Amino acid sequence: MRYMPHTADERAIMLQEIGVGSVDDLFVDIPAEARLTGLLDLPLHASEMDVEKNFRTLAGKNLSPYSAPCFLGAGAYQHHVPSVADHLIQRSEFLTAYTPYQPEISQGTLQALFEFQTQVALITGMEVANASMYDGATSCAESVLMACRVTRRKKAILSGNLHPHYRDVTRTTLQFTEFEATELSPTLEGQEDFEAHIGKDIACVVVQNPDFFGRVQDFTDLAEKCHDAGALLVVVVNEIVSLGAMMSPGEMGADIVAGEGQSIGVPLSFGGPYVGLLATRQKYVRQMPGRLCGETVDQDGQRGFVLTLSTREQHIRREKATSNICTNAGLCSLAFTVHMSLLGETGFTNLAKINHSEAAATAELLNALEGVEVINDTFFNEFTLRLSANASDVVEKLAAKGILGGVPVSRLLPDAEVDNLLLVAVTETCAADDIEKLVSALKEIL
Amino acid sequence: MALKFTEDHEWVLLEGNVATIGVSNYAQEQLGDVVFVEVPEVGSDLSKGDELAVVESVKAASEVYSPVSGAVVAVNGELEDAPTLVNEDPNGGGWFAKIEVSDPTEIDGLMDEDAYKTYIEGLD
Repeated sequence: MRYMPHTADERAIMLQEIGVGSVDDLFVDIPAEARLTGLLDLPLHASEMDVEKNFRTLAGKNLSPYSAPCFLGAGAYQHHVPSVADHLIQRSEFLTAYTPYQPEISQGTLQALFEFQTQVALITGMEVANASMYDGATSCAESVLMACRVTRRKKAILSGNLHPHYRDVTRTTLQFTEFEATELSPTLEGQEDFEAHIGKDIACVVVQNPDFFGRVQDFTDLAEKCHDAGALLVVVVNEIVSLGAMMSPGEMGADIVAGEGQSIGVPLSFGGPYVGLLATRQKYVRQMPGRLCGETVDQDGQRGFVLTLSTREQHIRREKATSNICTNAGLCSLAFTVHMSLLGETGFTNLAKINHSEAAATAELLNALEGVEVINDTFFNEFTLRLSANASDVVEKLAAKGILGGVPVSRLLPDAEVDNLLLVAVTETCAADDIEKLVSALKEIL
Repeated sequence: MALKFTEDHEWVLLEGNVATIGVSNYAQEQLGDVVFVEVPEVGSDLSKGDELAVVESVKAASEVYSPVSGAVVAVNGELEDAPTLVNEDPNGGGWFAKIEVSDPTEIDGLMDEDAYKTYIEGLD
């Protein structure tokens, strides 16, 4: 598109037409302190070569997880993604395909979605999964809406140890509905007292496993208590690799699983795009949001795939859709499927084992340091450290030494008394010398 | 009492002060294979014209409106597992809900079977 600036006269005519005096009047809803005054401190023009050079220099200041020892987690995990995953999703048939409604020309995409759903259902221990959501947080919010529809109740209980971003997205989503959520406070010790809150008006309890602090729990009893009260149990899993080593939410009696699939097939990418997983029991499939791909046969009896149960606004239910989610993370779900297919069941389990054993060994080394205490009694590949110093300061000092040492809890829970807490994730990408570097750097700093 | 029909293709059968409601044979033919029926909650109060149910077929999701006002006293639980009852037996086993009517005269204005037959012939 050509750049066609408006003339002063044209602007005046438009402003007059809509009844405002100036362009600034259009922005009065935005608080003055949040608005820019004047121009940004940028040159007015530069050559393409200079712009590229400038941005390369800026990018060079980043400490990248791919070039430094990386112990970052808190909902986004660095794992090794086989190059074939990236290669396959960049095939133009997949990369450029838009809204694969037409089964006659989209069998590849549809079959990939079907395989994806099968993989997600298997690892979560559920009976049915959809063709993906935007990310784990929206999947969590949609799970709450779904539970409210299923139970015809209006209240949800959110665990205090649910990832803060997931809580935020759920809260934001609910504020425009008739549903509401009770949010419990984050807790470092012991189990949360959900029972005190579960009543006949509760649609669901939302828990995370491993939780925000990395703790692993068995929610079998909670599932029973929910069911006794006619409520559903929603289990959020934001490190999906953990399911290779842990009892699945399905085995615990969960009714809905909301997951983040980024760990498999999808790079960190500064936070997105990611891939949300949503799985449930067959009996709730009608209230499931998003798309579902089904297997069928054509008129010649040959196996084929079609989108089905598309209870979304662009399909047959229109304004009666169960959700306003209007797409799925198609390409990311394909990457997930390719990576998962390469791993296979044994590979997935082995990957989980490596993650856990590396994390356990690292936790032991760190716990032995003066000024460091691992507060978790259980964890998968991420745990919380209590440091003798401010965690944000420590992370800055580690970064200065070229180490991405973890996520200070205070970055995500700014209101809580958590200044000394540090989340540390250890995956298969953390080499032995990376771990050594972290341990010796922390020893120096603390 | 015989079935009465609405212009939206619902049927009503009033027995005492309880009205059973479903959709007509013509409606199920137009809808095609019914794959899901969302029935109302027992105990909910409906006014005439309120949405009573949603019928989802392979090609459309259609609202079913309540021809009468009153409280829902029963719903057809069999539809959950067998929505095709709407296709197979629209005037019988495919019923959606029973409503305790608050104003039985609301049914007086509806069509009887002959009038409905004439009405749908006019639609084709």
